[in-house]
Amino acid sequence: MNVPAQEAPFETVRDVVVENPVISAQKLDFWYGQSQALFANDLDIAPRKVTAIIGPSGCGKSTHLRVYNRIFEQYRGQRAGGRVLLDGQDLLAPGTDSIALRRRIGMIFQKPTPFPMSIFENVAYGVRLHFSFSRKELERKVEESLRAAALWDEVKDLLHKPGTALSGGQQQRLCIARALAMSPDVLLMDEPTSAIDPVATARIEELVLQLKERLTVVIVTHNMQQAARISDHTAFFHLGRIIEFGATAKMFTNPSHPKTEEYITGRFG
Amino acid sequence: MTPRRLADLWKAQTSFRKSSAFHRHVDRAFRYLTLACAATTLLLVGAILWNLIEHAWPSITKFGLGFVTSSQWNPVKSQYGAASSIYGTLVSTAIALILALPISLAIALFLTSYAPPWLAKIVGTCVELLAAIPSIIYGMWGLFVFAPYMQKTVQPMLAKLPGPLFDGAPLGVGMLTAGIILALMILPFLTAVMRDVFAMTPPVLMESAAGMGSTSWEVTRKISIPYGLRGLIGATFLGLGRAIGETMAVTFVIGNSHRISTSLFAPGNTIASTLANEFNEADSPLLEAALIELGLILFVITLIIQILAHLWLKNLQKRQAR
Ligand SMILES: Nc1ncnc2c1ncn2[C@@H]1O[C@H](COP(=O)(O)OP(=O)(O)OP(=O)(O)O)[C@@H](O)[C@H]1O
Ligand SMILES: [Mg+2]
Repeated sequence: MNVPAQEAPFETVRDVVVENPVISAQKLDFWYGQSQALFANDLDIAPRKVTAIIGPSGCGKSTHLRVYNRIFEQYRGQRAGGRVLLDGQDLLAPGTDSIALRRRIGMIFQKPTPFPMSIFENVAYGVRLHFSFSRKELERKVEESLRAAALWDEVKDLLHKPGTALSGGQQQRLCIARALAMSPDVLLMDEPTSAIDPVATARIEELVLQLKERLTVVIVTHNMQQAARISDHTAFFHLGRIIEFGATAKMFTNPSHPKTEEYITGRFG
Repeated sequence: MTPRRLADLWKAQTSFRKSSAFHRHVDRAFRYLTLACAATTLLLVGAILWNLIEHAWPSITKFGLGFVTSSQWNPVKSQYGAASSIYGTLVSTAIALILALPISLAIALFLTSYAPPWLAKIVGTCVELLAAIPSIIYGMWGLFVFAPYMQKTVQPMLAKLPGPLFDGAPLGVGMLTAGIILALMILPFLTAVMRDVFAMTPPVLMESAAGMGSTSWEVTRKISIPYGLRGLIGATFLGLGRAIGETMAVTFVIGNSHRISTSLFAPGNTIASTLANEFNEADSPLLEAALIELGLILFVITLIIQILAHLWLKNLQKRQAR
């Protein structure tokens, strides 16, 4: 009788320990119907730092990110196993209030997603959902968020024009302002600059560095230079597993795992 | 790019274009062909309008403006007025839209955002089948099945409501019944178009809104509906266009009386139903002219609605682009 060879238990190579993580994924599995996309992901997200997620196409970066705000539960057949702790509470637990969770965790997509309404209403959208502000407070919040997203000076006279009238880079910053207006603790960004030009990309990178003074950023990127420029920690994904997690500076100069080295030197992916 | 290279490129392109004289001719021929087609439709509309006016002329000169203000329709005295037909057309169409719009909106939303895919498919197919039923079937069903039901069950219930709308004897046939049948007729069509409009909302936009903590209903109301607004308005006007000119179904159930009544139970008529009823027996030239003038009015009403719809959409576009 053939006994299947016992696979060696998989271990992520890890060279930093994150103190007091905001988010802590523990043995996170993910399935699209019958096919498993994530395998026992362990990942700690450090507060007020930028964590980059890198890896070849299809390795599960977006899938991992989409567990954090439970957006996957919108779709039939998608399910997650394991635990994801947010401030010590398992956000995958059945009793979690998804709506309150999504106030705390903002998400930015690859393509800008301005809503079919004015610039002002776009930014006010989340505020109206979650807070009952007076008109004055609302206006103040909108201005503050647009300033924080480095967009105020460009749009302050166009607040009542549709959000779709802005350029791609401006639209992306509008989406960031919209997320910031909900005062989130964490901002998830899934390849936020891959659809916009280099100048606009530089502005958003600058913005991310400013934002980390007040919140935690997790950013998926295919751009190694971008990860190196703006992130503190980096997680390298491959085939649904986290191969290596460490300080960005160390990982990009002296990766521990041969696969990581192959990837960041551009030999595959 | 240097000016020199630009010039070269331009030269290369123009010389290429000159060499393909054949293509240029084909291109021009095609342009004239499309122009001719467009012109034909315009001419056709103009010709129909002209013909209607020409044949209605005896009635126009005889009754003048009185034709649209009087509801008298008396072949014995040769007195004809269109007021009750115009009134009935507008009221039955309004009832149809008021009933059909919210219901079709709800079904379309259910199909696109709430129903499991297998159910959406089945219901969607049924909706399309319903849209294909000929209107005379709706009319017969309305007369033999629905009108008696209205008379025995619905109207006695509505009669208990205060106000003049639901006064009078429950006859079964009448303005309300016609409005409801019309609503049923345009419902599948409206639903199908609206479903297609909603299916156009980019999923990432809806996910983005859901990711901010919106409920499904909030995503629908604040994202899907505004995103598809132009299409929804367009669908509404198409439905309106269908209801306003609908003939067979209405003729069966409206009661066909030339009277204006505040009660929705009362029998009435529409322009289309009057035409269908009376054209056979139109033996005097004046009656014929009066009927054609009715047709002219229907034509003008639909034209006005089309123009209003157009202006509204334009205005909407301008406001969105401001
Ligand atoms: N909706 C879905 N249904 C089924 N399988 C899916 C779905 N979305 C993703 N997958 C699969 O899950 C795996 C991980 O996909 P994911 O989108 O997370 O990759 P990614 O790392 O974000 O890739 P990319 O860099 O191209 O964005 C892939 O193998 C993909 O084919
Ligand atoms: Mg992805």
